[in-house]
Amino acid sequence: MMQLAVRPEPLLNVDNLVVEYGLGNKTVHAVSGVSFEVARGETLGLVGESGCGKSTLGRAVLQLRRARSGRVMFDGQDLTAMEGEALRKMRRRVQLIFQDPIASLNPRRRIGDIVAEPLIIAGVKDAAERKRRVHEVLVAVGLDPDIVAGRLPHEFSGGQCQRICIARSLVLNPEFIVCDEPVSALDVSIRAQILNLLEEMKARFGLTLLFIAHDLAVVKAVSDRVAVMYLGRLCEVGPSEQLFARPAHPYTDLLLRAIPVPDPDVRPAESVATGEPPSPIAPPSGCRFRTRCPRADQQCSAQIPELREVAIGQFAACHHPRA
Amino acid sequence: MSAPLLSIEHVAVELPTPRGNLRAVDHVDLSLAAGRTLGIVGESGCGKTMLSRAVLQLLPKKAKLTGRVIFDGEDLVRLDAERLRRLRGRDLAVVFQDPMTSLNPVLTIGTQLMETIQEHLELDAAAARKRSIELLAAVGIPAPEQRLAQYPHQCSGGMRQRIAIAIALSCEPKLLIADEPTTALDVTIQAQILDLLAREQRRRHMAMIIITHDLGVVAGRADEVAVMYAGRVVERAPTSALFKRMHMPYTEALLAAIPKLDTAPHTLLPAISGRPPDPTRPLRGCSFAPRCRYAAGRCHEAKPELKGAEMPEHLYACFYPIRMAEGIGA
Ligand SMILES: Nc1ncnc2c1ncn2[C@@H]1O[C@H](COP(=O)(O)OP(=O)(O)OP(=O)(O)O)[C@@H](O)[C@H]1O
Ligand code: SF4
Ligand SMILES: [Mg+2]
Repeated sequence: MMQLAVRPEPLLNVDNLVVEYGLGNKTVHAVSGVSFEVARGETLGLVGESGCGKSTLGRAVLQLRRARSGRVMFDGQDLTAMEGEALRKMRRRVQLIFQDPIASLNPRRRIGDIVAEPLIIAGVKDAAERKRRVHEVLVAVGLDPDIVAGRLPHEFSGGQCQRICIARSLVLNPEFIVCDEPVSALDVSIRAQILNLLEEMKARFGLTLLFIAHDLAVVKAVSDRVAVMYLGRLCEVGPSEQLFARPAHPYTDLLLRAIPVPDPDVRPAESVATGEPPSPIAPPSGCRFRTRCPRADQQCSAQIPELREVAIGQFAACHHPRA
Repeated sequence: MSAPLLSIEHVAVELPTPRGNLRAVDHVDLSLAAGRTLGIVGESGCGKTMLSRAVLQLLPKKAKLTGRVIFDGEDLVRLDAERLRRLRGRDLAVVFQDPMTSLNPVLTIGTQLMETIQEHLELDAAAARKRSIELLAAVGIPAPEQRLAQYPHQCSGGMRQRIAIAIALSCEPKLLIADEPTTALDVTIQAQILDLLAREQRRRHMAMIIITHDLGVVAGRADEVAVMYAGRVVERAPTSALFKRMHMPYTEALLAAIPKLDTAPHTLLPAISGRPPDPTRPLRGCSFAPRCRYAAGRCHEAKPELKGAEMPEHLYACFYPIRMAEGIGA
């Protein structure tokens, strides 16, 4: 296939985003200067280990958590500068799907009302119109509205609850959805159903996705490009196939080799990983990965590595990337 | 062949629930020789944890257990509480998904290790302390001496799991049961813990049962794999034989449904439709039949037995096993 020379104007452009939490008199450096963009119609996968700041980043993009500094440009407008009514209007165009589908549904409300709620908040007054929309999205996610609309969340399994959450996120016809670990809480045999559904919805409704997960294979299955995060910073971003085939950053490499492969002929690499991630309260100077990195040297503790292009479309933040 | 270290014979576990009796484990037979590793794989609710609890005799009070669990020549089901207590923690050890299940939050790590050691082995305080330090070092805890004075909450999740493993290993058990030992951990830490378990298992010639929902976890590390579905073992084989050729459609479908690292982006995943049956409403036929693409009349009428065909150690419970002779069932 021919490589397009010009990338289309990104739908989302995140520039140098910093998000912190206060913890007593300490500061949790959850997201520290993260920049990336997502083209219209693209899925960007975001992977990293627990506590590295994925959810914080996702929430900050949607302005559910305000950034300390940096910009989030969505369709040419700076969300970080928006407030009140303008922000509320904008929020209809962006949605969030959570990891725990059961907990994110109000246990006392009927499915039909749960899915209709965003419409009410958005001021859709016509009840028939609301009913039509709810019907449409429930069918789209593979549920029978006549059967499910009148029921309560506890009557459904985790996988079905995630379908309901997806329906709710689609009801306002959004352009962009942050999926925060949407299949992590689901059983293996159910995950593929939901991943397929997300792909189908994306194609059908022309969605752009930020897909967060800690499972690399899951991320790769749905993402055009993948961003790897470690302790509040991006290590590497690139086209999925390329990044998995030739990781340039030592952390990406480590992650890839640590995954247990369901094939007995692939012997697990003996202890590829050493040590544990440091605390985001006191991240290491220079490169945040240096305390676990086999390639670390003097420069790595002295200087923060910036994201630089190491191959076409592939960027790594490392002083000694693999060529 | 000598008698196996562990032999699970026709074990069934029933739990009363408001919705009726729940058959968590439905007549399982398994055995394990000394020094070997058995992987038990299945999704949540398939009964794998209840089965391990039946072996450990740590079932909920209202659970009803039938069958026999022969460990080292004794039927654990019939053992009195005192004998059991002495066996657990010494010959029979366990590591849980959440290390805090076995750690006491108000005692220091040193106290917990030394208590276990002194309860089961005749060692004085100084010797127990020395052994504790050795164990912590063996499970990869940096500065083990200093750790002894710390409390579990002062350690990360990965460190806590290492400590739980150190306690489990402290009396040289003959069998270690690890129930989802790495599910709560990050992938780089998971690899470290699995390596640690494998290394100690070899070194101590200990038998091990790894319980997991992840076929990837057992693929490179278990000698034999048993796949559970809806309370039953539906396929069981030496690991390499199983991955080479899966006979039970559920096993095959489960493996196929997992996204792999070499799956190209945006490929439609071969998902398994539907979901497992309600365990309080057991099906008459094969439990997987409603989701199985090979299911035919017989599958809905009767339960296929777990048995071997061309390879006696490869067992499967299916009327129409995959590719016996180009799609023709047995
Ligand atoms: N409300 C909060 N107050 C203080 N610290 C927080 C808060 N929320 C998150 N953190 C901290 O910020 C860091 C990033 O957390 P975040 O939840 O974004 O990570 P994550 O990558 O989503 O992790 P996971 O994979 O576990 O979901 C962590 O150190 C976390 O403990
Ligand atoms: S910058 Fe240095 S420490 Fe960081 S990943 Fe690269 S080599 Fe390792
Ligand atoms: Mg998160």
